[in-house]
Amino acid sequence: MINAVGRDIPEEVLKATGKEVFQGVHYKDGYTYKKDGPVTRCVSDNKKSKLVDSIYDVLIKCNIKDGMTLGFHHHFREGDYIVNMVMEEVHRLGIKDITICASSLGKAHDPIVPYIEDGTITNIQSSGVRGKIGKAISSGKLKGLAIMRSHGGRVRAIESGETRIDIAFIGAPTCDDYGNCRGIGGKSNCGVLSYALVDGDYADQVVAITDCLVPFPNFPAHISMTKVDYVVVADAIGNPDKIATGAAKPTTDMRKLMMADYCTQFVVNTPYFKDGFSYQTGVGGASIASTISLARIMKERNIRMRFGVGGLTKPMCDLLANDQVDCLLDTQDFDLDAVESVKDLKHFRISAGEYANPFNKGAVVNKLDFVILAALEVDVNFNCNVVVGSDGEITGAQGGHPDTAAGAKCAIVIVPLLQGRIPAVCTEVTAVTTPGESIDVVVTDYGIAINPKRQDLIDCMKGVDLPFKTIEELRDIAYSIVGEPERVEFDDKVVGIIESRDGTILDVVRKVKEYTFTDN
Amino acid sequence: MEIVQPAMAGTLESSDCQVTVEPGDDGIEFNLESVVINQYGNQIKKVVMETLKNMEVSQVKISVIDKGALDCTIKARVEGALFRSAGQFDNLPWGGAVR
Amino acid sequence: MMNPEKKRLRRTMMFLNAQKPGLIKDPYIYKPDSIMLDLEDAVAENQKDAARFSLYHALREINYHGCERVVRINALDTPYWKEDIRCAVAGGCDSIRIPKTERTEDVKLVEEAVAAAEKEFHIPEGRTLIMAAIESARGVMKVLDICESSERLFGIALSGGDYTKDLQTHITGTGVELMGARQNMIIAARAAGVQCFDTVYTNLNDMEGFRKEVESIHLMGFDGKSIINPRQIRIVHEIFTPTFKDIIFAEKVVKEIDDKKAKGIGVFTVDGKMIDIAFYDGAVRTIYMAKAAGVYKGDL
Repeated sequence: MINAVGRDIPEEVLKATGKEVFQGVHYKDGYTYKKDGPVTRCVSDNKKSKLVDSIYDVLIKCNIKDGMTLGFHHHFREGDYIVNMVMEEVHRLGIKDITICASSLGKAHDPIVPYIEDGTITNIQSSGVRGKIGKAISSGKLKGLAIMRSHGGRVRAIESGETRIDIAFIGAPTCDDYGNCRGIGGKSNCGVLSYALVDGDYADQVVAITDCLVPFPNFPAHISMTKVDYVVVADAIGNPDKIATGAAKPTTDMRKLMMADYCTQFVVNTPYFKDGFSYQTGVGGASIASTISLARIMKERNIRMRFGVGGLTKPMCDLLANDQVDCLLDTQDFDLDAVESVKDLKHFRISAGEYANPFNKGAVVNKLDFVILAALEVDVNFNCNVVVGSDGEITGAQGGHPDTAAGAKCAIVIVPLLQGRIPAVCTEVTAVTTPGESIDVVVTDYGIAINPKRQDLIDCMKGVDLPFKTIEELRDIAYSIVGEPERVEFDDKVVGIIESRDGTILDVVRKVKEYTFTDN
Repeated sequence: MEIVQPAMAGTLESSDCQVTVEPGDDGIEFNLESVVINQYGNQIKKVVMETLKNMEVSQVKISVIDKGALDCTIKARVEGALFRSAGQFDNLPWGGAVR
Repeated sequence: MMNPEKKRLRRTMMFLNAQKPGLIKDPYIYKPDSIMLDLEDAVAENQKDAARFSLYHALREINYHGCERVVRINALDTPYWKEDIRCAVAGGCDSIRIPKTERTEDVKLVEEAVAAAEKEFHIPEGRTLIMAAIESARGVMKVLDICESSERLFGIALSGGDYTKDLQTHITGTGVELMGARQNMIIAARAAGVQCFDTVYTNLNDMEGFRKEVESIHLMGFDGKSIINPRQIRIVHEIFTPTFKDIIFAEKVVKEIDDKKAKGIGVFTVDGKMIDIAFYDGAVRTIYMAKAAGVYKGDL
């Protein structure tokens, strides 16, 4: 069945998942549902301890069995040890058919690939995957369908009961013996625990794993003892060097600086750029550079930001330190400066649900004026792909891309027109992961295209000295340099689905076929 | 042109490719490893074959490790390897066999 | 007939290693006036052959969107320069840059080789221009002769690194070591009616120092500067862009003089003051620079 972004979703996938095809960004607005609650085992006996010696023991206590769903968060990013530690023990117990429901998975989790191959893990739900897990899924090694969903989409799936988490494992930088978890302090300081909050609220059993046990009460708790069943102390839950790195040096790459400059010039020429505006940006070199140049113009024109959202980095936190923004709303910290900034009273931690869940009574993303995003590919319909590489392999994550794009008044994608020989602006993206109706502007090193649906933005850019082009022109420039790419050959087998924020199906990911020359 | 000794040109840097030629006795034996094989495999092969044809090479083992090179770079590396193999560095046929 | 490209705008000339595909594929997006594809110092001794194929196909197949394509050949005391010229001319380059020029004979040698290559490859005679890099004390002392040595020669460029070594000093950042060369070169270039370009500024971490140097060579009369990184382009173009005030004045001068001349009047006034006919060329040049920088939208 063809969906609203023109992708053909096979009937058998619709049947197997019970899902609908994507029918537009706000198709489910007004939808009414009853939230799902966890099955909770109470702790009233004051003599009982929640401390358990090992992950192995806690799995036994939680009655781990075949077919369960395990929850994980990705605040430790590429420094995470939790997923591998837990899955190693699950594998040792000979458990099969596990569904992993993670807020994201990365190269750090390459070691679980053998467990995919041997049937320990048969389903993966994540914002995305990179590295060997991506290759394994794309080559058809995962028994079930991988589900790729946004940060907001994950919260929706869990709160609505579509996904039930049997056991959630929460890596906690600090924790007390009764399960009060904080993202702050310890060896694996990641600042916030935003993605894990929904696991705490909705998983039947919640296990906190820490490498820094602190005396009770570890307050104010980010995840309360009221939700935690067990506490395990491990030697190390993450590699601090890879959790929050030193702030990236501002880029000196002229290509990125040029795109950042185009982006900033665009932003300041929209009617939304005025006192009290709101803004979110990513961690790419061009995004960071555009935040820096925007801060300069804000100062020159005496314009103040009301709030900044995100995945935060130093340049965003500098806005707070320099009193250019009223407050920051934080879901994740990418560098040590951002982790440190969490201590600021105007730096607020928010949950992934507050941030982006479309099945809330409203989310923070809906109040955004601007979001600056990246992409692997954008097509002439402004559809973006941030998950599947142009070679057909899964190699990225939706993150908050579709959430913020849908929420923000002005969603800008910055992308270099050519990534090596791969044209980033193309006729049709390999997979649609954010629908084009959410994307307003594409900024490249060769020019800027405004979505023709945004006639208002086109009008206010009249007379602005920027290299405006149509999206088709950008594609044509790219193809004239690198040649038109062949379509990647896929097998019929569907290995994963790209879920829209609202749970409908945006696209499917198929098994990649081995390449053969056509004239053989 | 006859390939008498092995030769190589190009690098493994992004946007470049490394081409190796060796004497062959079974026509053109072509081997390609490319980061963009799914999108440009046929195009790369076509450029390599055309270049070999222009240079009148019919017996060669040629292997290309491609890091996203444009057609003009692929041609340049194939020619670079071939002329190195032939030991010719002056009076090259610009606009003739090299085109 | 003079090749009209001799006088084209050359505020920035960006060095690029002709052997690096990633660098030469799209430098035009940064909008330098000229790019200089280097076969000399940037290319290792054992890659001289490979660089030529890379250069040839880049020249033939990449659309540089109007950027002038200068090729720096290897020095005349190497075994490479003749084949470099054949390759560059056959590829259709716009100009050849001669390194280490010290004598008029150097230019003549290159001129002959270029003419022969144009003939061999059926390129219109005189299409390929020449520029001479001055890199030694002897070169500076012979600079006027060099400027007048060939009809194809559009300009000269200072190469500060080698020149200061020859002078037994080094680049200090103050410019004191380059004063004599710069003065001699710009004076000779103007006397001969060719363009003059300043040396590179290699410290990319000191953009303020770069700006000061560009301001200073702009005031000295230079036509442009050699650059090593696209980050330097905007600063040079900014400094070489006439101010709003200059443009208004130039426009008035040109219009007044054109208008009065048409009416057969020989006395010109702008803003109530008498002006001299000698202002005319300068005013036309100001309008030309303003147009090139995209800041003049008037009707001249």
